Amino acid sequence: MITSAPIFSFACFGLGLLLNLWRIATGPDSADRILALDTMVINIIALLILYGIWQGTAVYYEASMLVAMVGFVSTVAYCRFVLRGDIIE
Amino acid sequence: MLAEILISAFLVIAGIFGLVGSLGMIKLQETMQRLHAPTKATTLGVGGVLIASMLYFGLIKGQLSFHELMITLFLFLTAPISANFVAKTFLQANMRAKDLPPSQSEYGWSVYVDPPKRESPEGD
Repeated sequence: MITSAPIFSFACFGLGLLLNLWRIATGPDSADRILALDTMVINIIALLILYGIWQGTAVYYEASMLVAMVGFVSTVAYCRFVLRGDIIE
Repeated sequence: MLAEILISAFLVIAGIFGLVGSLGMIKLQETMQRLHAPTKATTLGVGGVLIASMLYFGLIKGQLSFHELMITLFLFLTAPISANFVAKTFLQANMRAKDLPPSQSEYGWSVYVDPPKRESPEGD
């Protein structure tokens, strides 16, 4: 049971990444693309933590924390750039 | 055994929530509707995975850690902020100020109107 549940979860989040990629490719608006990139970052955090469970090591916390921070900053920076034409005013 | 069932249940529920959140990106029609799916469902899915990870390392590996709660807290704090920014981006690109209801205050919506100037540069 403990071996098949992570596989199911991997499949769910991987499929989610593909759906996000579809939205990035066909998004009619830049807001859609920013939102899809943000969702991709969140799915990748989930995949990293799942991989940590799968391997049984605690190394991947730090990686997922870094990915979370970089993802948030990049979302805000992209939105600021589209909104104001400048990131730090 | 009970711990394994609990961890597996958390993992499966988290996977379903994550998939629903990403499916909503495709299925919903408008951009403002699409804003709902990732900010709520996917954040909850990641929260489930983090709880499962915490239970796994605490109950099976025997090394309880609260690192995951930090990531959960960070995601729960930043999801509304990034959703607000995405909504502002959409409003600036697709809506004009006259399409929106009045902001019920002295100043208009912050997407269209610059912030009011301070009286003194030192602040109050």
